[in-house]
Amino acid sequence: MSKVLGYRRPYFDTQPAHLYPGYRSTIKRAPSKPLIHLPHTISEVTGPLFGPADIGPNDHDLTAQHEGAPIGERIVVSGRVLDENSKPVANALIEMWQANSAGRYRHDIDDHDAPLDPNFTGVGRVLTGADGAYRFITIKPAAYPWRNHYNAWRPAHLHFSLFGLGLVQRLVTQMYFPGDPLLPYDPMYNSIPNEKARERLISHFDWERTIPDIALAYRFDMVLRGREDTPMETTRS
Amino acid sequence: MSLLTTPSQTVGPYLRIGFLPLLIDAIAPAGVPGERIIIRGRMSDGDGKPVNDGVLEIWQADAQGKYAHPEDGQKTIAANPFRGFGRVLTDGGGAFRFTTIKPGPVAGPDGKQQAPHLVVTVFMRGMLRHLITRMYFPGEALNETDPVLQRVPVDRRATLVATAGSEKSIVEWNVVSQGPAETVFFDF
Ligand SMILES: [Fe+2]
Repeated sequence: MSKVLGYRRPYFDTQPAHLYPGYRSTIKRAPSKPLIHLPHTISEVTGPLFGPADIGPNDHDLTAQHEGAPIGERIVVSGRVLDENSKPVANALIEMWQANSAGRYRHDIDDHDAPLDPNFTGVGRVLTGADGAYRFITIKPAAYPWRNHYNAWRPAHLHFSLFGLGLVQRLVTQMYFPGDPLLPYDPMYNSIPNEKARERLISHFDWERTIPDIALAYRFDMVLRGREDTPMETTRS
Repeated sequence: MSLLTTPSQTVGPYLRIGFLPLLIDAIAPAGVPGERIIIRGRMSDGDGKPVNDGVLEIWQADAQGKYAHPEDGQKTIAANPFRGFGRVLTDGGGAFRFTTIKPGPVAGPDGKQQAPHLVVTVFMRGMLRHLITRMYFPGEALNETDPVLQRVPVDRRATLVATAGSEKSIVEWNVVSQGPAETVFFDF
């Protein structure tokens, strides 16, 4: 076969370590043995592809999935999905899930003493356009407590899951809001050693994309791994 | 130009609501040619406790060893009934189960073939980054020369190979996230 053009490895300190004791659940779940270096083969540079048939009409608008409007501050969350080489990633499937405006998930194990909203499921999905652009309409989620440590609160966040062009571009992450006073106290956010990389997870207030009289807007670009310049050699340097 | 990649964050405890809409436990729809198999197993942590909030995503080639992807020379994705993608959640006891067809051998480096395998991506609460592993099939001659298995220390290879189940169509394969029987995960 012809040589496979692999993807670049993450730049050091820009991804969280598997074991980060500040986030207690990593202690018994992170691998303890060394990971085995895997040169990318056809199995990793390919991956599931999605199209418009995978998306429903209201999947991008979490405020329009029920009879009534959900309670909370309506927001637009939009941006582009690019790779490290600034190339737009088209037809990327983005799944998004979140708590409601009271900080409660529509999930049977969420026992936070905050109300559910009958008009809010908190789950959406979109496909990026040719320019890598995507757009959700939703309501701003609230912070919620968790039991990681005494008085632990998660900053308000959206969960994102992305499928790019190949398996190695797969990404699951969280988006935060600018100026959130809980960020310095959050082990998830602080698990990323590199400050610049960490800041990638904070959306920007986006005046130009607000919808007058309807919704404020936040911009959140996501960057997936990019291709190597030259085909992978089978030996390591 | 080089942009910093977006860091990974955990799926958290409420992954189920986000991942549910795309649940696929029957990877090969009826009519897709190939040997039908059932894969079942359990996911556990460093204490041997079941992981009841885990997700497995499966990516595989078809029976001819071709991925439904243009980089593997497959141009007609839309017309292909076999996407080769599955996603299952673990239950309260950490158990998972899915059905598929056995993939063919796929191309590997240096003109070598890779033994039939599933690429498996693992997510769970408590993982800040997802992990990638592989499941190979029991009794497969190509396992002896598979270039990826060759990279794995001999005493850990068994974690990547399913065991034959009670019936010919069933294989068993477990995912252990930590400890002496830890599944081999790859730095990819
Ligand atoms: Fe969350």
